[in-house]
Amino acid sequence: MLTLNNIEVIYNEVILVLKGMSLQVPEGKIVGLLGSNGAGKSTTLKAISGLLKPEDGEVTDGSIKFMGEAIHHKDAAEIVRMGIFQVMEGRRVFEHLTAEENLLAGGYTRRERDLSSDLEMVYSYFPRLKERRHQTAGYLSGGEQQMLAIGRALMAQPRLMLLDEPSLGLAPMLVLEIFGIIKRINQEQGTTILLVEQNANLTLGVADYAYIMENGRIVLEGYPEDLRQNADVREFYLGLTEVGQRKSYRDVKHYKRRKRWLS
Amino acid sequence: MDLFIQLTLTGLTNGAILAMAALGFVLIFKASDVINFAQGEFLLIGAYVTFAMLAQLGLHWTLGLLLTLGVAVALGVAVERLVLRPMIGEPIISVIMVTIGLSSLLKALVSAIWGNQPKAFPPFIPSQPVKILGATVGEDRLWAIVIAIFMLGIFSVFFRRSREGIAMRAVADDQQAALSMGISVKKIFAWAWSIAAATAAIGGALVANIVGVGPELAGFGLRVFPVVILGGLDSIPGAIIGGVVIGLLEAYTGGYIGQGLNQVLPFIVLILILMIRPYGLFGQEIIERV
Ligand SMILES: Nc1ncnc2c1ncn2[C@@H]1O[C@H](COP(=O)(O)OP(=O)(O)OP(=O)(O)O)[C@@H](O)[C@H]1O
Ligand SMILES: [Mg+2]
Repeated sequence: MLTLNNIEVIYNEVILVLKGMSLQVPEGKIVGLLGSNGAGKSTTLKAISGLLKPEDGEVTDGSIKFMGEAIHHKDAAEIVRMGIFQVMEGRRVFEHLTAEENLLAGGYTRRERDLSSDLEMVYSYFPRLKERRHQTAGYLSGGEQQMLAIGRALMAQPRLMLLDEPSLGLAPMLVLEIFGIIKRINQEQGTTILLVEQNANLTLGVADYAYIMENGRIVLEGYPEDLRQNADVREFYLGLTEVGQRKSYRDVKHYKRRKRWLS
Repeated sequence: MDLFIQLTLTGLTNGAILAMAALGFVLIFKASDVINFAQGEFLLIGAYVTFAMLAQLGLHWTLGLLLTLGVAVALGVAVERLVLRPMIGEPIISVIMVTIGLSSLLKALVSAIWGNQPKAFPPFIPSQPVKILGATVGEDRLWAIVIAIFMLGIFSVFFRRSREGIAMRAVADDQQAALSMGISVKKIFAWAWSIAAATAAIGGALVANIVGVGPELAGFGLRVFPVVILGGLDSIPGAIIGGVVIGLLEAYTGGYIGQGLNQVLPFIVLILILMIRPYGLFGQEIIERV
């Protein structure tokens, strides 16, 4: 459904951030994209959704294809209309709009005039938003704002949803709840999902396939079961030693072995 | 008492017209953070184009007004496309300087086309004096109040209910996030500028009807600023209430204390209010969560 082939992204005409990034998202699946801070995960998503331009970023090489059509020169509005919707990192709700107005803004590209059944659909996934529908979004809790950000995406009825760190800054219980809902959206709405995360354990729990990126390119990929067995993934992303115990922070720091895929 | 009612009515009508120019100003500021120093000139253009349509071309007023609105919308779109779009990404102060330049340009254009003599205007809204509670006012002045209230209604429905209205507020909050929902920020800016020019033009047509057209109309432009700063740069109800407050203040000081002071008092009140409420009476506070 989505294919990134060897793309290169440059910010401000000098800073090379993606250096030959390739990945594939098959229709109907959840694909995880893991990587540490600054690896280029958000940049990858913005390259797909056409949101690089306002940040003075540009895809300078390679190609991005969605349903067989090249999209890396299209603008954001066009890409949303083709069925790709990015939920940006850090929630980015419209603070001065009410929760419901935020959802309606999410449905901006829909042809139908009446979106009330879609609102009900979103509220069925997030009943808490229904209670808060007339509240100013800026005053919602972090968790509610994340629900609103995902709800906004649902309103557009996208074929492919790009989620950028939905677990950011949320309590563990809530993260669990949100991941459960992401899985349900994938199954019930048939939405394909590309999930960017730092939380490797949970991501490998919901994803059908996962990629790990470092420094602007993919360094490892595979099915979650296989990645869980990989020594490096266990070490650096799941925080487990070879014998399967949780390591203390100190041990990790002292452990000098280089990640194998970097050398 | 009669004087009081007289002054109140005059103040309200002036306020209503000021509010219509201010509405457009607020709209542009809300959507794009641009302080449009040419907003008063939109009103001026509206007044003169109405004059041209009705007095010079002799059109029926319904057609004339429709054409005036068309010219205003075209002007708004043209300004957005030719002047502001190339400025996207430039510091906001440069954009503001551009609108100051635009304001002089439009003023010069008006005096080049229509000259500097005040001109009589064939009223399209009846202007016969009407007696209310012992005071006499022109009927057209009453209409100005009605139309301003009507416009306020339209604006609030537009912003709360319509897709484009909600999108416009979304763009005002977070442009990149709005882009990510497929909202075209350029299109929204064009909407904001044309609606702003159109409402100011309606105000201009009313002014033309009430006092005729002449170079002193340009002074209206300057009075938009105390109105919007008082009401809060980004508040629609603020624009209306700011307009009414300034209109009334000018009328009362002019009537009770003396002409001359009425030009100054609004600014004094403005400073006092800003000391208490720096966002203006109704300005949007910055939401800060911790
Ligand atoms: N607008 C920009 N201009 C210049 N450099 C940028 C810009 N955005 C990101 N970068 C750089 O690109 C690199 C990758 O950033 P990106 O946001 O894609 O990382 P990330 O993997 O999403 O990290 P995180 O997990 O912290 O969100 C970083 O080094 C960052 O400094
Ligand atoms: Mg990121």
